[in-house]
Amino acid sequence: MTDPNGLIRPGRPAPDFSLPATPDGQHTGPGEYRGRPVVLAFYPADWSPVCGDQMALYQAAMPEFDRYRAAVLGISVDSIWSHRAFAENQGIAFPLLADFEPKGEVARAYGAYTPRGEAARALVVLDPDGAVAWSHLSPPDVNPGADGILDALERLGTDRQVVAG
Amino acid sequence: MTTPLQVTARLRTPVTESDHVRGAVDAPVTVVEYGDFQCQYCGAAYPNLHDLLRQREGTVRLVFRHFPIANVHPYAESAAEAAEAAGARGRFWEMHDWLYEHQDQLDPVHLSLGVEQLGLPPEEIGAEVERQAYADRVRRDFVGGIRSGVNGTPTLFVNDVRHDGGYALPDLLAAVDAAADT
Repeated sequence: MTDPNGLIRPGRPAPDFSLPATPDGQHTGPGEYRGRPVVLAFYPADWSPVCGDQMALYQAAMPEFDRYRAAVLGISVDSIWSHRAFAENQGIAFPLLADFEPKGEVARAYGAYTPRGEAARALVVLDPDGAVAWSHLSPPDVNPGADGILDALERLGTDRQVVAG
Repeated sequence: MTTPLQVTARLRTPVTESDHVRGAVDAPVTVVEYGDFQCQYCGAAYPNLHDLLRQREGTVRLVFRHFPIANVHPYAESAAEAAEAAGARGRFWEMHDWLYEHQDQLDPVHLSLGVEQLGLPPEEIGAEVERQAYADRVRRDFVGGIRSGVNGTPTLFVNDVRHDGGYALPDLLAAVDAAADT
């Protein structure tokens, strides 16, 4: 990354957090998925066309993430109500977390907050112990796809097999 | 391992005999399309790809692979499987064309009429689609696309390099001509 204070780098422990995931007040965060890889997909906003594509794509790709037992969490500064409508519209079943109050706190902790007041389009893959295994920052208007995430999950699986063997 | 702005721009799943190919087998340029039959952008690209094949006959061939985003397009998966069912009877491209020419008629009733219109057996194909007989094939295309960096539809690869330009005919002609010259 060009910004020295930019996106969190591999090898660092991932800051734990808990954010609202549903309108009835349920919270979730990476700590709840310890023992599994976690994919954090920060994105600028619900409803912007690229985001729609990106989150919808991750829903369609869910069987592939499942093969690595990975949990996928989408995160933006939108409210939980916006997330709910967006998820219904796009058929998204994985949690979309509201980094809404204090605004962008989690995105800031990961170095994924922009001066526009939105999350950057950033991907962070955590290993099962909660350390950052891979991170990637995209331009806001570029959908990064899922291949980088799947490559990172595959490397995690291989590394662990090597350690276990 | 940090990956600053890594762009995966290459097709990782080579074209094989099991692919659906249209155009000259020995064409120097291969365009691989990852498409969703219910996607309006794919529908918009469809006539342009048709014209491309016509205007560059012998130079370019087209491969179609499935990339249904079923959570957004409820009929995309069944349409893909209907195309495969037709393909199993040697009629993939006719079904493919019908689907893109009738994108507002992909519900089971109209789809069945379309199958019949093509002279294919609607009950048999309906039953195959119903029991998802071709789900594995469609999934294999989708997963190969995901691993190649397909991030939406349509995504085209021109001689294995992702085409990040537009889908208007002049854009497609330019991309194919550039690939033919290299």
